[in-house]
Amino acid sequence: MSAGESAHTPRRPGEISFATRRTLFLVSALVLAGVMVWALGGVPSFGDYHGVYGLVLNHVAVPERHATNVITAVNFDYRGFDTLGEEFILFAAVLGLALILREGRDEEEGPPDDDASGRRVVGASNAVRLITVLLIGPTVVLAGYVIVHGPITPGGGFQGGVIAATALLFVYLGGEYLTLRRVRPLPAVEITKAAGAGAFVLIGAGGLIFGTAFLANFLPLGTAGDVFSAGTMQPLSVAVGLEVTGGFVLILSEFLDQTLVVRRRGGAR
Amino acid sequence: MTALQVAALVVVAVGALAVVAARDPLRQAIVASFYGLSLGVLFFTFAAPDVALSSIVIGSVALPTIILLALAKISDRDS
Repeated sequence: MSAGESAHTPRRPGEISFATRRTLFLVSALVLAGVMVWALGGVPSFGDYHGVYGLVLNHVAVPERHATNVITAVNFDYRGFDTLGEEFILFAAVLGLALILREGRDEEEGPPDDDASGRRVVGASNAVRLITVLLIGPTVVLAGYVIVHGPITPGGGFQGGVIAATALLFVYLGGEYLTLRRVRPLPAVEITKAAGAGAFVLIGAGGLIFGTAFLANFLPLGTAGDVFSAGTMQPLSVAVGLEVTGGFVLILSEFLDQTLVVRRRGGAR
Repeated sequence: MTALQVAALVVVAVGALAVVAARDPLRQAIVASFYGLSLGVLFFTFAAPDVALSSIVIGSVALPTIILLALAKISDRDS
């Protein structure tokens, strides 16, 4: 440490002093605030919308596609190809996560913390057990409802898929880690996830074979408002639901395994 | 803008500040969970129920859960 520096806050070579940093911040904040105020003066008034694409879709989605939820019509039909890309972003992200959180060379799987030998498992209280047992069923039903009714009411494969995955959390909260392992056979989860991603592509290819273009609707349209009204949107929503359920169950499982099972060799974690 | 929308905006603004103000990561995860829920209510009052659902499932369920599990892993390693 050189003689000129304070003993309490040793400054590394090249480090900017606090006063300089504060000046830099104040000047940038002032400039940013000015630009923000200037920009706010030019925004359209509240509720003022001139997006032609959105206005057109609001008028044509029900007559053309028999889908009362225009957002699902955009996601799974008008812009279905974008959703295909998003599907594979999620797919790649979950794969990457599983790869990073795999068992490292200096790690090994031990008995789960819940099941350490000689240790009495406290477990969840009866109140928590009761609530989770009561909630698991309705959660799965709600997830199925949100996925299947995607073309009619708010929701769809993505939202329903995450809701389904939270049922797994209830199993962990109310039961034990070992119960969780029994209701969550990982190969089956991986197959579900892959099947969902594959089904989306296959339904898209079906449009190529039976219709005019990739992801074009080739199923009969029903009465608008019915569950099976919007042609291929329904199976596409289910496909996304399967993939998202599988993906999120896999993510949660990897994190739970990291916390409860994987530890460094020699006992320490 | 309706009173409900203004109220939702205020709750979200206060919630965002609360997330930043919570210094303990454990408390922060719980506060962030409620913040995700309030964000969902905000989207709902602005007639965007699809986005509201996504926000609730990610912001108030998936993200806090992963933060909590990561915290559990880290604190195990420290002790």
